[in-house]
Amino acid sequence: MGHESTQLVPVVVTHATWLWLIPLFPLVGATINALLGWKLQAMFGEPGKMKGGRGKQLVHSIAVAAMMASFAVAAYSFVQLKGLPAEERFLQQTLWNMFTAGRLSVDLAFSLDQLSMLMVLVITGIGTLIHVFSIGYMAEEPAYWRFFSYLNLFVFAMLLLVMGDNFAVMFFGWEGVGLASYLLIAFWYTDPEKAAAGMKAFVVNRFGDFGFIIGLMLLFWGLGGAWQARPGLVRNLDYVASVEMNSNAGASTAAESEALAPRVHGVKVGPTMNFRELRDQVVIEATGVKEHLAGTTVWGVSLLTLIGMLLFVGAMGKSAQIPLFVWLPDAMAGPTPVSALIHAATMVTAGVYMVARLNFLFVMSPSAMGWVALIGALTAIFAATIGFFQYDIKKVLAYSTVSQLGFMFIGVGTGAYWAGVYHLLTHAFFKATLFLGSGSVILGCHHEQDMRKMGGLKKHMPITRWTYLIATVAIAGFPVANGFYSKDEILWKAFTSHHLALFGVPTPWLGPLIYVVGLIAATGTSFYMYRSYYMTFTGEYRGGGDHHAAPAGIAHTDHHAAPAATADHGAHAAPADDHGGGHHGGTPRESPWQITLVLAILAAGSVLTLFLGIPVLWQHTFAHASTAPLLEHWLEPVLSAKVEFGHGTPAMEWLFQGLGVLAATVGFVAARAVYKDNKNEAALKAMIERWKGVWTVVYNKYYVDELYEVIVLRPAARVASAFSWFDGRILDGLVHAVAAVTKAFANLDGAIDKYVVDGAVNGLASVIGWAGGALRHLQTGRIQTYLYGALGGALVVVLVNFLIS
Amino acid sequence: MQISLSHFLIVGALLFCFGLVTVTTRRNAVGVLMGVELILNGANVNFAAFNHYVVGGVSGQIFALFVIVLAAAEAAVGLAIVLAVFQTFKTIDVRYADLMRE
Repeated sequence: MGHESTQLVPVVVTHATWLWLIPLFPLVGATINALLGWKLQAMFGEPGKMKGGRGKQLVHSIAVAAMMASFAVAAYSFVQLKGLPAEERFLQQTLWNMFTAGRLSVDLAFSLDQLSMLMVLVITGIGTLIHVFSIGYMAEEPAYWRFFSYLNLFVFAMLLLVMGDNFAVMFFGWEGVGLASYLLIAFWYTDPEKAAAGMKAFVVNRFGDFGFIIGLMLLFWGLGGAWQARPGLVRNLDYVASVEMNSNAGASTAAESEALAPRVHGVKVGPTMNFRELRDQVVIEATGVKEHLAGTTVWGVSLLTLIGMLLFVGAMGKSAQIPLFVWLPDAMAGPTPVSALIHAATMVTAGVYMVARLNFLFVMSPSAMGWVALIGALTAIFAATIGFFQYDIKKVLAYSTVSQLGFMFIGVGTGAYWAGVYHLLTHAFFKATLFLGSGSVILGCHHEQDMRKMGGLKKHMPITRWTYLIATVAIAGFPVANGFYSKDEILWKAFTSHHLALFGVPTPWLGPLIYVVGLIAATGTSFYMYRSYYMTFTGEYRGGGDHHAAPAGIAHTDHHAAPAATADHGAHAAPADDHGGGHHGGTPRESPWQITLVLAILAAGSVLTLFLGIPVLWQHTFAHASTAPLLEHWLEPVLSAKVEFGHGTPAMEWLFQGLGVLAATVGFVAARAVYKDNKNEAALKAMIERWKGVWTVVYNKYYVDELYEVIVLRPAARVASAFSWFDGRILDGLVHAVAAVTKAFANLDGAIDKYVVDGAVNGLASVIGWAGGALRHLQTGRIQTYLYGALGGALVVVLVNFLIS
Repeated sequence: MQISLSHFLIVGALLFCFGLVTVTTRRNAVGVLMGVELILNGANVNFAAFNHYVVGGVSGQIFALFVIVLAAAEAAVGLAIVLAVFQTFKTIDVRYADLMRE
């Protein structure tokens, strides 16, 4: 591992005033649809029409318009960013100060650099397309407004995640996308299975987030330590702190905090949540922060490794890596556009984005990088093999996504950050195409997701078929589409990396090992993708078996009236539910234009994005140029962490690219031989019989869910019931005992109050009352009585007078 | 028997006592007013007697005349009150004019 010798300089900031508009539009769209959507649908909906008429049009117009506006601002920002010199491409906008504590000041601020710009374009661009797709897909959903509101909310949170200028905003987005993901997976919450899938996703993500938070805290602690250790580290630097080092002077405003912050060479040093400040103080060696972080250990483990590993635990949750990948396949319970947008193109790549964003941190710890790359490789091959034998088309794609995310982590783990990010981009295109294609297929087959009941769809759904095929070619890794370029770059970089380590032990063999694992996973990828393609689109349609019994006449008029079929709540529901008799029969048919248009655009994108990553080798050979691939060049200033890779000869590089294509071909040929036209069913069955044991294990996803059940869920349940017992018996008992004592004391006190204090008061009152009652008889109202009194008194006075004298 | 101051004072005191007893025991409001006259006249006897035996001149008699005039005025007011009492209670028995009790 080594670093570029050129002097790194602090990031130059260009202030922009329009960045906040990018997340604002989806937020506004979400808010309008959430508050008024049902009203719009009820007011403008035409009850006769199944599709809901104008009301739904209004709802989706709002959502799509919000997305388009957001995309427009993003495109404008891209133009602005591109107009700046390459090293100064950093747009920033601070809205307001969120909180200030001492030298830490956290703003609600957005920033766009090359990396987040790419993410924003993907999110808003593909997001817009998927919104359009949803118009067709969700047409018959009664809670249409709720769907679009959630979808916009998701985009808002995702934009916060990638545009956040600091960890706080990013974390807000991080949690926000988790929430939106939960809401959308459990969108059809009346089905307990889907509601449970939503909860599973949420809970598993919490595990990851826990690691993420601890990583952040450790980082924060380490930076604080770096600041504290400054006096010891000052060698002959012009260290000027505006205040005494150990002064505990607080700050209540951002400006005060800014003034208090110690600086070295103009770079702010100390605890910060801001990515730019963090990057500056870490990469600029004169600050000494790097030295301090690298020298700190926690319980014998290097702090940087610990931070990197824990941050990656967060990425594991969000990006579905071993062992926290279990939620993603279950997340397929959500509507298909959700799977495409959240669980393929954007949210699940948040972990990759985070690692790439913090490349300057990860690069300092080869152990953390090795850890990331190893987990990525294991996940890649593990999920790919599960994909082999799944029958649910969306499950195949889900495991494929997990596997591809593994590839991305191999990229960012080995230090080929740009390759990982490039795979993120290419994956966003081809996987969105695949998912939306599967959505189109599911729609065409009347909510059938089982590939065994499909087949022969190429006749009925030509556009879907072609787009699906293009995306399959892309993911399999043939050089005519984008997947080859990113995957091959990742594998090549993995093979040539020698700097990785595991738990502090240098492991130069890890890179080549990961390469081999990745190559096998790539072969598997090709196999299961072509398998899904052949099972779905070739052969004879196998799904119409039970429809002949349905009344045909009604069924046909139904189809023409509602070409989009039902956005059925129970995709898994039995085919024979009574209203759906007409919907489940008939031949499959091509989806409406909103769907096919989007598919075509995304498939085109899957091909065109290959131009962003033409390898140097090819340029060198064919054009005698040796410029870096476009995307690498674009991302270079952000991914400033430089990792040294071994140098392979051109011949070797050609060989490895050939191996990549060979892997894809092997997978393709194998899948074609077994699954094309459903010819070799008998041979397949025989093979499954022969390898029954292995097949069962893989088919059941290696029993990972069951393993979780045993290792995590049951102990958790047991602990929970133990706690429940403790709570019910011990704690409640204590509380009740205290309550009883208190009550007895209160009763005593009450008695004293009632009989002693009140008794005294009441006694006095009754004495006075009784005396009054007795004395009142003296006042008779007769003057003569009074006169007796006066006479008597006078007599007494006279007598006393006599007696005394 | 020489008639001295004491005899006059005894007559005055007797008159006063009779008046007092009348005032306190009569039930008829007019009787009560008569008792008041007796008390006043007991006082008049004293005025005249003290003037003759102690002071001299006529100031005691003048006082007695004032008292008589006053008694006339008082009798007029008293009888008016008795009339009002009668109108209110349909009787002049003072036992029934007890609205001021308690």
